[in-house]
Amino acid sequence: MNTLILRETTRVLFTLILVFSVATLLRGHDAPGGGFVGGLIASIACSLYVFVADPKDVRRLVRTDPLKTAAAGLALAIVSGLIGILSGGHPFLSGQWAEIGGVKLGTPLLFDFGVYLVVVGAVLTFVLEIKEPASVRPADSDK
Amino acid sequence: MSWLLAGAIVLPLACGVLGLSLRPQRAMQQWVSLVAGIGHLGIATALLVTVWTDGILVVQVGGWPAPFGITLVADHFSSAMVLITAIMGVATIVYALCDIDQRSLVKDFHPPLQALIGAVCGAFLTGDIFNLYVWFEVMLIASLALLISGGRKAQLDGAVRYAALSLVATTLLLSGIGLLYGMTGTLNMADLHLRVQQVENQGLLSVVAILFIVAFGIKAAVFPLFFWLPASYHTPKVAVSAIFAGLLTKVGVYSMIRVFTLIFTHDVGYTHGILLWTAGLTMVTGVLGAASHNELRRILSFHIISQIGYMVLGLALFTPLALVGAVFYILHHIIVKANLFFVAGAAERLSGSSDLKTLGGVYREQPLLAALFFVPAFSLAGLPPLSGFWAKLLVIKASLASQQYWIAAVALAVGLLTMYSMTKIWVNGFWKARPASTAKPAALSRLNRALLLGPIICLAAITLAIGLWPGPLYDLAERAGHELMAPSNYVEAVLGPSETAALGAGAEVVE
Repeated sequence: MNTLILRETTRVLFTLILVFSVATLLRGHDAPGGGFVGGLIASIACSLYVFVADPKDVRRLVRTDPLKTAAAGLALAIVSGLIGILSGGHPFLSGQWAEIGGVKLGTPLLFDFGVYLVVVGAVLTFVLEIKEPASVRPADSDK
Repeated sequence: MSWLLAGAIVLPLACGVLGLSLRPQRAMQQWVSLVAGIGHLGIATALLVTVWTDGILVVQVGGWPAPFGITLVADHFSSAMVLITAIMGVATIVYALCDIDQRSLVKDFHPPLQALIGAVCGAFLTGDIFNLYVWFEVMLIASLALLISGGRKAQLDGAVRYAALSLVATTLLLSGIGLLYGMTGTLNMADLHLRVQQVENQGLLSVVAILFIVAFGIKAAVFPLFFWLPASYHTPKVAVSAIFAGLLTKVGVYSMIRVFTLIFTHDVGYTHGILLWTAGLTMVTGVLGAASHNELRRILSFHIISQIGYMVLGLALFTPLALVGAVFYILHHIIVKANLFFVAGAAERLSGSSDLKTLGGVYREQPLLAALFFVPAFSLAGLPPLSGFWAKLLVIKASLASQQYWIAAVALAVGLLTMYSMTKIWVNGFWKARPASTAKPAALSRLNRALLLGPIICLAAITLAIGLWPGPLYDLAERAGHELMAPSNYVEAVLGPSETAALGAGAEVVE
């Protein structure tokens, strides 16, 4: 798997794909795209990186436990749904908007970002579980 | 009270998130899970009470009106299912306090369990067919995580089969939904009810209906699509297989009932005729499979299949009484079946085996457990005055009323064979003396014993209560059954009275 070509291409592609994934995330409000697709694209970048690098380096790069990233994403999505309820009894997941510096930001973006994190975190968890030998998984060393 | 609907889905999911962020502190995860489970039970009870007094409860998520947004709908059937899910959730969490303790190899039990409960409630409450598909996917992911945790070889083997067949099911479901959307231009189930009547090509509609039968059939484990179930259900921890046995297949049956009362009623003779044959064959093959096995949880797994047949039978007959029977059957069965798995697990913990050849002496050593086994086991077989008797009575009476005598005969014979299976477990596992070769396991502490037996006692008490006072549950099932047979109330609640009238008028113009 770990060939020179793959390694050097990944170096370029990794950043490009990540930028593309964020662009997909942001355009998702009115056009095709959004958190789920953006998250999948980002997780392609991460998977590529896992294939060429040592899983330990990947863990160092992402810093947090990917499962906790996914949990944080789900929490963001739930919170974005609750904001509507708390700010005046709208139904669950209804959009609330605020204008900050000329840009309209709203809870749908927060929801999409949450989904993005869930997808990236979940895929990264799977890929790392497959790549790592069973003995070094951090979850096993929590005795 | 509309927050109740979202709350029944969001609370377990939020608790799953909290559980994940508490990793790896398992004690904290347990307590969070227990508190959330009890909270969920409160929400579910309030939901059922609200629906009982005020009628169908509807929330348009995000404020987008139906049929464009996603609608959450709680009618009597779905809110009863949510309540029973919450009861199962609490029972499983308490049982798991002993079954999956701090030293267990199963690391993350509570977060995926909560996600599973949230997804199951989502599937029950959604009024949007694509959203139903999404909840099926969430359910699949969560159940897969539960199925493989522990990582034994047999578990992975069962999980692969489970995942493979589930993926086939969801792919078929997605294709069916896609075709339906192509024909009608809507995904809202109430709207679909109106629009399928205007579809010109009714033959194509029947094809799509078959796709749905197969997809939900795999999920519900009907004949001939059930073989993933006995391959996987006996492998994980008892707490896991108990909640699977209680809930997962019943989500398939629920969806089947929902879709085949609300959407596909254009050619009842054809679609429901297929369901009738399926129901008969499912009952027979399931019970025969059970008769040929000796391991407790395998026997019980096959009995899930044969019992699913009775529920599908209720749908297939498609009369008000039959649907009342199907709803009653599902509600009674979830409690009984999960309880039987709990008992099987407790017998294994207290007596050291779960194989009828090596198990023995339970009646002498654990008389309380033996008595507790008696209630769900003979309720499953349909012995009066336990809850299963009333469930079977309703379904069989409905088939006699529809003059389907052969299926009534099959149902009765299968009941008898179920009795044979339960007697086999009783005689071999509980009554006969302990074989000399089986070592007696170390006695459990008083607390652990209480944690194992507590949920079993509560569920057995519910079974007994339903058996002795079937009135309230019958009333609930009757309301649910009549709601299912007359979907106009559901449609009106979702779309609003003016929309329904306008569309109805439109339909007449088209004709």
